[in-house]
Order: sequence, then structure tokens, then C-alpha cells
Amino acid sequence: MASANSSRSAFLQGARDAGPFLLVAGPFGALFGVVATEAGLNLAQVMGFSVVVIAGASQLAAMQLMLDQAPAVIVLLSAIAVNLRMAMYSASLAPHLGAAPLWKRALVAYMNVDQTYAVSVLKYEDAPEMSLAQKLGYFFGTCVPIIPVWIIATYIGALLGEVIPSDWDIAFAVPVAFLAMVAPALRTAAHVAAAFASVVLAIVFAGLPYNLGLMPAGIGAMIVGAEVERRMGARFVPPAGGSK
Amino acid sequence: MTGWTGAEIWLIIVALGVATYAIRFSFLGLIGNRELPDWLLRHLRYTPVAILPALVTPGVLWPAGSDGSLSLPHIASALVALGVGYWRKSAVLAAICGVLAFVGLNALA
Repeated sequence: MASANSSRSAFLQGARDAGPFLLVAGPFGALFGVVATEAGLNLAQVMGFSVVVIAGASQLAAMQLMLDQAPAVIVLLSAIAVNLRMAMYSASLAPHLGAAPLWKRALVAYMNVDQTYAVSVLKYEDAPEMSLAQKLGYFFGTCVPIIPVWIIATYIGALLGEVIPSDWDIAFAVPVAFLAMVAPALRTAAHVAAAFASVVLAIVFAGLPYNLGLMPAGIGAMIVGAEVERRMGARFVPPAGGSK
Repeated sequence: MTGWTGAEIWLIIVALGVATYAIRFSFLGLIGNRELPDWLLRHLRYTPVAILPALVTPGVLWPAGSDGSLSLPHIASALVALGVGYWRKSAVLAAICGVLAFVGLNALA
């Protein structure tokens, strides 16, 4: 019973600690709902994105490229590339949760988003004495104010999108939202260098058709960021959680 | 949505969902406690800041409605979002300020 109680209290603590990120998941979920509805997706498709993918930046990236009439392969590769950072999340949760039963790890993977990851991994590093049950309880607790809110906010956004007149230039909210997500993530010189290289390379490759320039620009900028970090000997800083 | 059939949209949703799940499951699900090589982690760390600016740059510099010329509201509101986000470390505040700047500058123009 003691362990059931302690994992329940870890669950409640996780939910409390992740609470402020409700203010991130809510507005960005609603923004995706509005933009995707304005772009012409029906309610089931809008909700499909938020339930199946649960990754705001990649969902908005896919929407923008679909609006630009990019080929489906480019839409997919670009949106997947935006999510590659989650391989790092998966790897860094593995030492903490790797011993859990497969079905629990599968559930953790489904809800392993920027905010749940960032809040949990900071807690695990801060309290290494936590048991596996407590760590799992804590992670699932962090999901409470984020995952349901993300899905419900998308739904509210989709309903709003049907009401907002379609001649409003709502599509420009997407680049603004991306820059708003990127700016707080510019924590080190390496991040700034990667973002700067990303802009410069995007301009260099702007002449390529079908948004083909995005992949070389993104890969080039990743290399710039990694190289600057290697030369500066920078240490990994966990994300602040505001970059969903 | 123009240019896309319902089936194509669902294909993108499902393929993106499966790929994203596979990324999230990868190390946690299959490799357990083994660690990723440093050089790979070092590159993965920069994916959001490397991809997202490149994604938005053409639309900010040459927005669809402006015949390929520079547009003050687009560039200024992008800089507002970037500046507020960097300064206040809040994506939500930055997005709100950026959208307000865009609406305000369009109203003035």
C-alpha cells in the first residue's frame, strides 16, 4: 500500500508541477484548430491531427506546407524532421523508465511531448531516489494538464475557425507562432547560431521548387548548432518546456 | 482544402502520427537503458531551432499576398514575436504580441 500511495502522490505532484504549461498547450491547441479549420480541414481531420500526432509544431508545419501545395513527401519529411528532437527525449527517459512494463512504456511514448518530458526529466535529475513506480506516476501526472487540454483546445479552436470569417489573414499566425516557440529556445550561442544559419540557408535555397530547400537548410543548421556546441564544450540544457 | 483529397489528408495524418510515435517510442521502447552516441544527441538537440526558422523565412520575407516584395507588417510582426519571446522567455506572450503587431500594422497601412 505504501508504494501505491507514494506513486499516487507522485502523480498528483506531477500534475501540479506541469500545471502552468496548461497556458502553452491551451492557446497553441486552439491556434492549430483555428488554422487547420480555416485551411479547409473538416472537424474529424483537425481532431485526427491533434489526437494521433500530439505535436503542435509539426502539425502546424504540415498545415503550412499543405497550404503551399508542397508534395506530400516534403510535407511528411519536414513535419517528421521537426519531431526528431523527441528521439532525444526518448533516449533520456530510457534510463529512468526503461525498466517499466512494455505497455506502460508504450503509453509514456504516446504522451512524451515537450512539456511532459521537460517537467519529468528535471524532476528525475533533482530527485534520483524516486522509485520506478513514483517516476511513472509523476510522468503520468504531468500529462494531466497538458494532453487533454491540447485535445480539448484543438476542438474549441476548430469550432472558432468555423465562425471566423475566411478573408482574415489568419495563416500568418503560423509563422508568428513558430518564431514565438523558437525565441525562448535560444538558450545558448549554439542555438542562436543554428537559428541564424537556418534563416540564411532558407534564403539561399529559396529558389528551389516544392519547398525542397527546407531539408538542406534544416540539416545544415543542425550541423552548425552541433558544431558550435562541440567547439564551445556546451553542456546539455533541458528545454524550458515553452517550445511546443 | 484545395489540392488535397480527404484520403490524402488522412494519409498524412496517419503517416505523421506513426512516424512521430516511432520516434517517441524508439529508445524508451526498444533499446531500454542504452544511451545514444553523443554526436547524434548533439545534432538532434538543434532540430527545432534549425528547422522552424527555415520553414517561416520565405513566408515572412515574400508573403503570398505581396507579389514577392518585402512587406513591413510581416517582417515587423515576425521580429516582435522573436524579440518578445527571447526577452520574456514566453512563447504564448510572444505569439500574442506578434499577432497584435500584425493586426495593428495592417490596420495602419
